[in-house]
Amino acid sequence: MTNHIDVGSVLRRTVCDLYSNLVTRPTGAAVRREIEGVLTGLDSPSLTVIDFSQVGLLDFSCADEVVGKLLDGVRRQVIVTDAYVLVRGVRDDHLEAIEAVMQRYDQAVIVETEDGGWHVVGPLDDRMRRTLDVVQSRGRAGPAELASALDAEMVVVTEALDGLVARRLVMRDDDAYVSLQSVM
Amino acid sequence: MTTVITVPPSLDDETFEQVLEQVVAVSPDQKILVDARHTRWASPYGLTGLLTVAQSRAERAAFAGPEEENTASYWARAGFYRHAAELYELHGRVPRAREAQAESNVLLEITEVSRSDDVHTVVERIQSRAQAILVHELNLDPQATMRFAMTLSEVCQNIVEHAGQGGWVAVQTYNYRQRLGRRAVVIAVCDAGLGFRRSLESTPGWKPRDRWDDAAALEDALVRGVSRYRDPGRGQGLAGVRRFVGKWDGKLSIRSGTARIAIVPAWDDAVPLLEGLPHFPGAQVQITIPERVTSG
Repeated sequence: MTNHIDVGSVLRRTVCDLYSNLVTRPTGAAVRREIEGVLTGLDSPSLTVIDFSQVGLLDFSCADEVVGKLLDGVRRQVIVTDAYVLVRGVRDDHLEAIEAVMQRYDQAVIVETEDGGWHVVGPLDDRMRRTLDVVQSRGRAGPAELASALDAEMVVVTEALDGLVARRLVMRDDDAYVSLQSVM
Repeated sequence: MTTVITVPPSLDDETFEQVLEQVVAVSPDQKILVDARHTRWASPYGLTGLLTVAQSRAERAAFAGPEEENTASYWARAGFYRHAAELYELHGRVPRAREAQAESNVLLEITEVSRSDDVHTVVERIQSRAQAILVHELNLDPQATMRFAMTLSEVCQNIVEHAGQGGWVAVQTYNYRQRLGRRAVVIAVCDAGLGFRRSLESTPGWKPRDRWDDAAALEDALVRGVSRYRDPGRGQGLAGVRRFVGKWDGKLSIRSGTARIAIVPAWDDAVPLLEGLPHFPGAQVQITIPERVTSG
């Protein structure tokens, strides 16, 4: 089951019901803790869509707290085990802050932008990026199918898939790999 | 004995140094009178800077405001006297700010920043006016409005996180004829708190390098993104401010302690790193974004 978290609502509920801007580090930390609380209550594996569409401004400090630290905890599985996160409702100015944060953490996240397209934001090597593209276009695929589609050796594809799973960018389901968007 | 500090007729980030040269020559526990009677014009940096002068004094300083009525009235509408009354012993006539006559070029009147909530207030206030002025008057892209507010948020947060005491922010547009020949929007954020060097020195396990002074601390923070916090996500705020300023051909200058560092656009001739200035506590930041000249 996909969980939906409206960050704008979390902001107004946890910090101040008059605020629409996600600015300052204490605000970001309060929102992150609230989201972490939701994630820890989910059955695993879980997929959560974090929606920024009701957020006005997102500054670097809040992007660090709400996206950077949150996803770092998800990836290292210190907050929850086997959780996956998608980000949506992101405007161009939000994207700039999220990109900067992802670079600092050497992490990537899948983001739906204003044009309705899904984009990987953050550093990801070319092999992982191409492998992810194929998984996303097929929704679900096994390593042999991916190796054939990418015209690559199995060992190279397996390595790329391991990297994507470690970054929580695809789910593993038995012998297949599943794109997060196909689970929504 | 009271020492008179003479404020120059035109007070901006450059001429403010004349004020500081006089101020640092007087021990903080001695009385000063900041004499702005003959001042005719002040930038947001000049006005917020005068508040930090009072903040830096152990003995409550005295202040005499501009005699010229329009200047005094303008300072009142910019919010200067409201804050000055809490910091200075005011001498002479103090004009009243009339709310009905709000300045059209004041995007944000002088606002105190000491807590995170203040940053929220600043951002909320600026957003409604910034769109109209940045896009319609300065010809900036509509996307610049949000990034402008982000920049303002980041520089204000530096006070909350690093100064150890409150400071002030002000945002105005004005015709920058002398240096630029066109209009500009100017953000000034000033405090007399810890400053960059002392903030970085408070990093756990910090050890001095061979060359360590205010200039080195400013270079670390602005050029290398060093923060006193160890989290990987720290130090991005000023980097984001640099990107914004670079994209819109703006100027960023930060003065702290005895040094001033600047990101200097082609239209300005400031020195990128100036050392050996009179020592003044805290950090004083100015960001200038010029009107965009559209071709045709």
